[in-house]
Amino acid sequence: MIMKKIIWLVVLVVVIVAGAMLYRGGNVSTDNVADDTIKAADASPVSDAAAIKRGAYVAVAADCVACHNAPGSSEAFAGGYGLKTPFGVITSTNITPDRETGIGNWTERDFFRAVRHGKSPHGLLYPAMPYNAYVKLSDQDMHDLWAYMRTVKPVSKTNAPDQLGFPYNIRLMMAGWNMLFFDNSPFKSSEDQSADWNRGAYLVDGAGHCASCHTPKNGLGGDITSEYLQGYTLQGWFAPEIAGNPHVGLGNWSNQDIAGYLKTGSNTKAVASGPMAEAVENSTQHMTDADLAAIATYLKSVKGSNDAAPQPLAETDAQMSHGKQLYEVNCSACHNVQGQGLEGMVTAFAGNPAIQSHGHGSLIQTVLKGGRAAITDSNPTGAGMPSFAWKLSDADIADVLTYVRNSWGNAAGPINADEVKSSRQSLDVRQPMAVPN
Amino acid sequence: MANVRPKADVVIVGLGWAGSLMAEELTRAGLNVVALERGVWQDTATDFPPAVDTDELRWDARRGNLLPPSVTAVTFRNTSDEKALPTRDWSCFEFGWNTGGAGMHWAGMAWRFTPFDFTPYSTAVKRYGKKQFVDGLIVQDWGITYDELEPFYDRFERIAGVSGTAGNIKGQIQPKGNPFEGPRSRDYPLKALERTLLTDLFDQGASSLGYHPFAIPAGHTSAAYVNPLGVHMGPCTYCGYCLYYGCGNWSKASPNACVLPVVMKRDNFTLITQATVQRANLAEDGKTATGVTYIDEKGTQWEQPADIVVFSAFQMQNVRLLLLSKIGKPYNHATGEGVVGRGYCFQTVSGADLHFENENLNQFIGAGALGSQIDDFNGDNYDHTGLGFIGGAGLLVVQRGARPIGDGDHLPPGTPRWGSQWKAAWQHAFQNATFIFGQGTSYSHKDVYLDLDPEYKDSWGQPLIRMTFDYNENDRRSAQYLEDKAVGIGKAMGAKVVIGTNSAKAKFTPYDFASDHTIGGAVMGEDPKTSVLNKYQQVWDCPNVFVSGASSFPNNAGYNPTATIGALTLWTAKAIIEQYMKSPGPLVQAS
Repeated sequence: MIMKKIIWLVVLVVVIVAGAMLYRGGNVSTDNVADDTIKAADASPVSDAAAIKRGAYVAVAADCVACHNAPGSSEAFAGGYGLKTPFGVITSTNITPDRETGIGNWTERDFFRAVRHGKSPHGLLYPAMPYNAYVKLSDQDMHDLWAYMRTVKPVSKTNAPDQLGFPYNIRLMMAGWNMLFFDNSPFKSSEDQSADWNRGAYLVDGAGHCASCHTPKNGLGGDITSEYLQGYTLQGWFAPEIAGNPHVGLGNWSNQDIAGYLKTGSNTKAVASGPMAEAVENSTQHMTDADLAAIATYLKSVKGSNDAAPQPLAETDAQMSHGKQLYEVNCSACHNVQGQGLEGMVTAFAGNPAIQSHGHGSLIQTVLKGGRAAITDSNPTGAGMPSFAWKLSDADIADVLTYVRNSWGNAAGPINADEVKSSRQSLDVRQPMAVPN
Repeated sequence: MANVRPKADVVIVGLGWAGSLMAEELTRAGLNVVALERGVWQDTATDFPPAVDTDELRWDARRGNLLPPSVTAVTFRNTSDEKALPTRDWSCFEFGWNTGGAGMHWAGMAWRFTPFDFTPYSTAVKRYGKKQFVDGLIVQDWGITYDELEPFYDRFERIAGVSGTAGNIKGQIQPKGNPFEGPRSRDYPLKALERTLLTDLFDQGASSLGYHPFAIPAGHTSAAYVNPLGVHMGPCTYCGYCLYYGCGNWSKASPNACVLPVVMKRDNFTLITQATVQRANLAEDGKTATGVTYIDEKGTQWEQPADIVVFSAFQMQNVRLLLLSKIGKPYNHATGEGVVGRGYCFQTVSGADLHFENENLNQFIGAGALGSQIDDFNGDNYDHTGLGFIGGAGLLVVQRGARPIGDGDHLPPGTPRWGSQWKAAWQHAFQNATFIFGQGTSYSHKDVYLDLDPEYKDSWGQPLIRMTFDYNENDRRSAQYLEDKAVGIGKAMGAKVVIGTNSAKAKFTPYDFASDHTIGGAVMGEDPKTSVLNKYQQVWDCPNVFVSGASSFPNNAGYNPTATIGALTLWTAKAIIEQYMKSPGPLVQAS
């Protein structure tokens, strides 16, 4: 009897706590500051040019077009980009103010709820839409963003269905996800930090949604907050640590290194390619120098991982000596004889934290498929890394990467040919050319 | 016509150096530009990566980057009483193809012409009198001087990232440079490329004869570089894959590397590839172009209306487009009247083959413009009194990279054509065979010209361009003179075997690969009776048509044409922006 009561008590407590959490996760009261009468496509014009301009900047900082634009499409914000998640493909939606296919019939409040709380008039959003970051956006920025989005050219384009298997296709499940992983709280400035730092934190955690790629996730896609910004693999790319570890993070980057990288797409230490090149091209290069400096200030303050540099592999190691040969023949013309790279064009290897990270999906992927440096207003070059899939075997690629990770002061674990083999398969990249005996 | 594109301010036909530089200038000035390119899009990162670029069979032996004769051939004959036949195989015509045009596959020698080359008529008459010209020779001034063009040469060198040693800065002769060059406003943006054993041997040999050797100005970056458009270039690695190749290291200057990344980002620039322009269309007045007609990759015909038409295709194609468009009066060989097709000429080449006894030339370390030259016998740098010709040649050695396939027949005379002795000789030659190249001036003649072939047509039914050409007496005399000089230098270099070469000794044939620098046919000048274009490369008879390229050269200099094409394009672009746009019409009044 007592036992039964205790069980019921426990159940009651769980229900109350869960209910409270569910309420907290689903609480959208902060969005009530937004108007709920005028719809996006309504005739009432948005006349505040300054607000529209500020809103355009928020859209750039939040990199909305990165997802809400089909690759190669000139129809901005019309959606159609398939984001490959571990749970299936989620296709971005049309957020132009078109009444039938876009958000033309949404009110500002609908928009606020979708952006900040993942609750659209059509149901709960998947957290592929980073509302768990955008929840930090201020009311002012949201008002401005809404003003801007209403001025976007409406495009009639029906949303493509997601490709998610059971049970992930049940959107209501996201209520549970929100309960577990959604920190539904607005940005709070830290009074003991500078205005610069606070602006940086606001941008990194809010519009910039850096954690979406750079913070490790658990099995359900929730942030592992104890490893905040310490690097994560998404879509086959490893987004390296952008916290303070000197070996694999930004510990050895100056503030100027960080701001310059975000502005131009490169610095003396690294060149952005892959998804980060897109982020630089679409978003960070257009941010003000003050905002980029603020981001640098904040990132430099974030505590890094504990990954310590291991002993580098010996030069006599079989992988190392073979890798050295391969490096001289295939890599040194551009990456230079000491792995220095070439500023603005070719990434450096020596001292590059991303090269030494435990996650090396980006390295294997880049050698297999090639890559392209960010193309920015300040550096339109767009230098490229060719694909070596046709030329180098799985073992060759493993060896040359192992060499690069353990030379010129670098130190990191070896890369195994089997990893390259499985990447070659999952990326559907060709086999090397057969060499006749 | 059913298919009409939105009107552009400017339509550019051909996207090599001329078209790309024109597009950059005009879009930066805010004009809405549409460029039509017959080939496909090619960019540095995607199409020329170092991992696949070093393929002699594909790019050199099989000419993978050149306009295939199957797309457009040239018909050729030596004299007007012969029947011209099409060049059905690869020949000395190395026309540009795809974005970047010939600027993508060029070797990289980035020369300025001498001041004399722009005023050959007035200078030679003043110095020697008209008797110096052989019978029928066409010599005329360009209407522009070196000094006028100098700032644009300078701009081109900055955009291309040219490496060299100045010889004359504002009249002050500089050590180690070319003392004969025209005064330049400042030094090259980059120091000259590294020296090699071959250039040392040449420099010593030439110096011992009292000549003035210097490093060839190279469109290869000797160090990391950022050009004025903001494009980064990587230092040359001396891989030796330049001529016929794209450069994936951003080291060889090309429109693809240096200009197009910037232009392609601009909203007021549109590029349509695989667009074969057939002609410019004229308004009823016959003096105003309304745009161009082109055929897209599906074979559909389109009209691209524009206020300004720029022909910036390869030289031969510029002349052909003018003829097909009925712009300007075609040259009539019988009467000597007319201008389009007149003033055509090639390049007179002589030199020497050299075989050393036991050197290690290591020419596999190379670059298309890694070399030394003397200009002691170029242009009018020496006294021609009593020589019976004008002009001359730059005499050079170039370490452009080893070509295991291409150099298989570059062996001393008497070597067997196969077998173990051939192998041994070929191995020996790999380190010991080289050449002195005398890249000569050339002047047109009344008997050589371009016109439309009456019989042979391309796949669209349009007549091919017909070339009627042979060397003239001026060419033959200058070539012999320069051959002797080259042999002298070869001997002074210590070569065991020195064999003079002279392409003008025999009748011209397009299958002699001495030079691919075909020029003229739509020349600029001072008089509409003897030129198609005024000094701004604007058609006298059709002021909203501009033609840019080597087709504008009334005579060839003893150099490669690229930098002059670039400079003239920048000069013309400035005239369009600053003069024509303010007051459309002829920029020069015919006197």
